[in-house]
Amino acid sequence: MISFDKIHKSFGKLEVLKGIDLQIPKGQVVTLIGPSGSGKSTILRCINGLEMPTSGTVTVDGVNITDPKADIQKVRRNIGMVFQHFNLFPHMTVMENMIYAPTHVAKVSKEEAQAKAMKLLKLVGLTEKAEAYPNKLSGGQKQRIAIARALAMEPQIMLFDEPTSALDPEMVKEVLEVIKGLAHTGITMALVTHEMGFAREVSDRICFIDDGQILEDTTPDQFFRQPATDRAKAFLEKVL
Amino acid sequence: MNLDFSIVWQYWPFLYHGALLTLQMTFICVICGFVLGVLLSLIKISKCTPLVWFGRFYTSIFRGTPLLVQLCIVHFGLPQLLGVTFTATQSGILTFSLNSAAYISEIFRGGIQAIDKGQYEAAMSLGVGYKDMMKDIILPQAVRHILPSLVNEAVALLKETSILSYVGAVELLRAADQITVMTYRFFEPYLVIAVIYYIFVMILSAFASRLERWVNRSDLV
Repeated sequence: MISFDKIHKSFGKLEVLKGIDLQIPKGQVVTLIGPSGSGKSTILRCINGLEMPTSGTVTVDGVNITDPKADIQKVRRNIGMVFQHFNLFPHMTVMENMIYAPTHVAKVSKEEAQAKAMKLLKLVGLTEKAEAYPNKLSGGQKQRIAIARALAMEPQIMLFDEPTSALDPEMVKEVLEVIKGLAHTGITMALVTHEMGFAREVSDRICFIDDGQILEDTTPDQFFRQPATDRAKAFLEKVL
Repeated sequence: MNLDFSIVWQYWPFLYHGALLTLQMTFICVICGFVLGVLLSLIKISKCTPLVWFGRFYTSIFRGTPLLVQLCIVHFGLPQLLGVTFTATQSGILTFSLNSAAYISEIFRGGIQAIDKGQYEAAMSLGVGYKDMMKDIILPQAVRHILPSLVNEAVALLKETSILSYVGAVELLRAADQITVMTYRFFEPYLVIAVIYYIFVMILSAFASRLERWVNRSDLV
């Protein structure tokens, strides 16, 4: 369960989040949609404390992570994050990337971590790349590894921050397939994406964000068929 | 032209011991300077303002004054102030390590700041703590980028150890001085040590380029 209570966030003079209230129950798949600069990514990054709100509280599984005393590292172990630019560790092989956090943070044995990593590589269809370095992988492969790396920590929550925006068009599908496979398996998922068809198909819920506020919070069907606000209508006309 | 290198050769133990001390000093000071430099660079990128100021001040002092003057202050000045005396090698280790740390910290600071923000975010999002993140993820990548600059610093240090002769340590230059005094020959001893320095630097460079290939292995596989 993720809960936002009156979240405001400013970068200097620029206020990017203007009072966000949001509850995401366990297991739900929520997609944040909206124009560039609307604050979608910032919302996502507030869930695992990569950004700290200027005011308001974020609670993740009962822990108030906006409390300076909160053990944010412990909370982050439970939250996987997938980035637009993959952010694999370039000096480590795929396998080393995948077992680093399990062995160093979760203190799992190396053998156990490797066995788990192989299972996940199988899940994303890249077992043969275990010993490769990231720069030998295509964008789509990198992102699938990044997803597998996040899953290696067995998170309860997965955050996807524009996971296909930096990919060549022909690689988008393979990444979306992997994400789709994770939806509705019990993991809570929050996504930011510009893939409207995908959002419609995979989400339980759509939040339309504009100018730092949630303007619509509804089902995918409702949102794509009959957006309630003019802003959402205008946005959808441009992207669909 | 009446050059006679056999005269120098008669005194080879001087050169041998001098070369040994030069190498020892270089080795110790590179290690100490490296460790201190990394710590200093972490101080400089920290969020604690007094520490950052200290780091900047430290660097400006050691970059802003000649190495020989620093050596004199440590070797001749500190005994007067503190009542402790250092041997020439002790003064050398202290001065060169502190001096080198200032330069290395700047090299590292640049290298660390060149690492993409996404690397920090990926590490943090996996729950990795600051110490592990710096040690295993950020610094190894920074080292790859700054290795050529670090080698430059080591080469500079190797050559700078020659100023230790000023405070009486019998390293290569001082050894050559002694030979000149005993033989009244100048060209040969100095030329010989110049060649020895040159060979050392070449060996160091060759070693560095192998090291560079090794740390960049992830780009080759």
